[in-house]
Amino acid sequence: MTRTAPAIGSAPRITPPQVLRHQLSNGLELLVATRRHMPVVDWELVIRGGAVLDQGALAGTASMVAEMLDEGAAGRSALEISSAIEQLGAELDLRTNWDATLLHLHSLTTRMPAALDLFAAVALQPDFPDDELERKRTERLNSLAQERDEPRLVAHKTLALALFGETHPYGQPIGGTEASIAALSRGDLLARYRRIAGPQGAHLVVAGAIEFEEAVAQAERLFGDWRSDANATIEFPGPHAKERTIYLVDKPGAAQSEIRVGHQAPPRSTPDYFALLVLNTILGGSFKSRLNMTLREEKGYTYGAGTGFAFRRHGGMFSGGAAVFTDVTADAVRLTFEEIATIRDEGVTAEELERARNYIALGFARNFEAAADIAAYLADVALHDLPDDYLARYPDEIEAVTLEQVNAAAQNHLDPEHLAIVVVGDRERITPGLQDLDLAPIQYRDAR
Amino acid sequence: MSLSIDLPFTSFTLSNGLNVIVHEDHSVPIAAVNLWYRVGSKDERPGRTGFAHLFEHLMFEGSLNVPGGVFDELLESVGGINNGSTSTDRTNYWETVPSNALDLALFLESDRMGWLADTMSQDKLDAQRDVVKNERRQSYENRPYGLAWETLFTRMYPVEHPYHWPIIGWMPDLDAATLDDVIAFFRSYYAPGNASLCIAGAVDTAHVRERVEHWFGEIPAGPALERVASELPTLSESRCVGIEDDVHLPRLYIGWHTPPILHPGDAELDVLGSVLSQGKASRLYRRLVYELAIAQDVEAFQSSALLGSTFCIVVTARPGITLDRIAVAVWNELHDVSKLVRPEEVERAVNRLETGYVDALQSVGGFGGRADRLNHYAYYANDPGYLMEDLGRYRRLVDNDIMRAAGTFLREAPCVALSVVPRGKSELILEALP
Repeated sequence: MTRTAPAIGSAPRITPPQVLRHQLSNGLELLVATRRHMPVVDWELVIRGGAVLDQGALAGTASMVAEMLDEGAAGRSALEISSAIEQLGAELDLRTNWDATLLHLHSLTTRMPAALDLFAAVALQPDFPDDELERKRTERLNSLAQERDEPRLVAHKTLALALFGETHPYGQPIGGTEASIAALSRGDLLARYRRIAGPQGAHLVVAGAIEFEEAVAQAERLFGDWRSDANATIEFPGPHAKERTIYLVDKPGAAQSEIRVGHQAPPRSTPDYFALLVLNTILGGSFKSRLNMTLREEKGYTYGAGTGFAFRRHGGMFSGGAAVFTDVTADAVRLTFEEIATIRDEGVTAEELERARNYIALGFARNFEAAADIAAYLADVALHDLPDDYLARYPDEIEAVTLEQVNAAAQNHLDPEHLAIVVVGDRERITPGLQDLDLAPIQYRDAR
Repeated sequence: MSLSIDLPFTSFTLSNGLNVIVHEDHSVPIAAVNLWYRVGSKDERPGRTGFAHLFEHLMFEGSLNVPGGVFDELLESVGGINNGSTSTDRTNYWETVPSNALDLALFLESDRMGWLADTMSQDKLDAQRDVVKNERRQSYENRPYGLAWETLFTRMYPVEHPYHWPIIGWMPDLDAATLDDVIAFFRSYYAPGNASLCIAGAVDTAHVRERVEHWFGEIPAGPALERVASELPTLSESRCVGIEDDVHLPRLYIGWHTPPILHPGDAELDVLGSVLSQGKASRLYRRLVYELAIAQDVEAFQSSALLGSTFCIVVTARPGITLDRIAVAVWNELHDVSKLVRPEEVERAVNRLETGYVDALQSVGGFGGRADRLNHYAYYANDPGYLMEDLGRYRRLVDNDIMRAAGTFLREAPCVALSVVPRGKSELILEALP
């Protein structure tokens, strides 16, 4: 029998979950996607205003507000809330990203109404008790100290600071710094909560085994009386790009060097969004990407290399890198730089384009399996003012990206001249090689 | 109302011994291919460790009709994803593809089962050995507390026990692996008679059967294998060991030998882990982290495995808190939990477990999805349809069962306590248990 790769038929038609919308009388927008496959429901309250509001000394405020929501609410203690959620087999996940504060409830259908009562209490009536704040503060300070033990986190924080500077919110860690966390007061948290938490501009999204009418009824029951004049609009100038520089953080005796390179990038609203997704897939966003093939498969320098764009409402960040063994640090930096410069100057091939488009578009149906994944896309729709049929249009938008668009996106949005290059590793062993590269001046930084 | 999950399947065996399971779920137009080889690090020998995991890499480097690098290229081109994993007991490989590309995934999986050894070369071995050594550096040597687990396991299991060495292998063994060693290992373990193939998703069972016969039917059965067997390991007495690492806070790892996966005691210990450390109101979290504020975090869990399980408690001390103090607090909680468990604590743990089962089964593919789950039961329970019985193990438990497990398997049993402390601070290593 001859064995060759079989021809495959045309791709199946993808039917995305239908998204239905309802506006409550107080302005809160509800987005519902029903999938009855398994008896599970995911709710997410998307409140505009995240860590981007943490300017200067306030770093970490948004994340602390999110984490404090279930530390006491509507007169119930932190332990009572945790116990009640666990008793229902449900999960309550409270977090923040740059643009939003996100409250997520995951529950089996049968236990959902009781879990929703707790969800609403936490969202609408948080108490921010003093003693719990002190407990969380100590925990967070210890975590921040522990994070200095993790080279990849040190590299990430160093890169963000190098690109955006201390006064820009993106320059500070979402979780804050030891100084900012030590200084946070209950008043800061309350002020932030009041600034962001209100029905205007907020979205409640729900996905899973629930009918539209039931979702509307639950939303009205729990959030219908929500009143607030919260307004979290913000504006700030973009930071200046700096000349290409290597930032070296010493980790004596390290078995590997953690390399991160990056520069500023456009916001989520860029018209080049889909072209950039395709570009990134080719450069460092998949196993077969150029950077991973070079550093992992050809050179054997690393377990894996990659790149990515972080798209936010007010700007973004392109970054990439790998953990490589110490002796090849300089060569890995050189190769990473060259891959970025080459794809910018020479563009991508038609084969690469087609594979990347198919990889993203044809695989998109996987996101329609788990209710939580559907909810995550709905949260994006809510946060970035995307159309309700975004899920349905996504594969077509990807397939419509042309070679010219990808190459233009590379020209316009990759910026090797202003790359910040961070290396966390054994300074003594890697400095000579990095100097010999003659790529950029070296500045030394402490782990932060 | 009790939860019921229906996971219907058809199973059959090819003449070469390949076990095949098919589950239809047409809710999303994708197909999952999931292949379990009944080989893990337990099947290796001292001096030749890390082979099962090394194969997780070599399996992507090409076979007779799939040139090197083409495996991922073909899959990415049709919108597919793939991965693999290695444990002490088994290795699994999977592809999740749009349903039209099922045949491609079967072709790729069958070619490396039947015709991988034909193209194995020293170059490929050397290249993937480098990748694995980098993985070892990244995931273990350059990560805080990264060497803790292998240190704990080498102390818990005697040198000749199949769980003594780490799954990723020892560096010198990786260096010493020859091409002949690797090919011999492949010929022994990567054959149809030692594998189980599950296909789940938007597929037609009769069609799948025909395509599986087509691609896998002519692969020779492979040698008869003697299963690794071993006595349940025991510890004659508790012992304390310690290592230094690039960390800020000392951490205590405590490990006990416990009954094998799905054996009596296994479900009890899953629930006990949850009672001890799941959520703020759990015993250890509440006492050590919330009330006493002596710990930064705490975890307790049963790590279930074929030849014997391990129950572990892991606690990170807050700055200035000794591991002695941590150990005393842990033993006080173990004492209490062996005397009294409230029924609602059991209910809470079981409810959380149920939600976890439902979550994982929303997907047909990937780690823990439907195809992986059916293969999991085919391997460990010898019955792909074991799901509801598995859940039933938990539902039947009452408070007394959990107390008894805490007493028998933990409080009254010897353990190994490993301290991981900051460099130069060996005086912080715990010297004796309470």
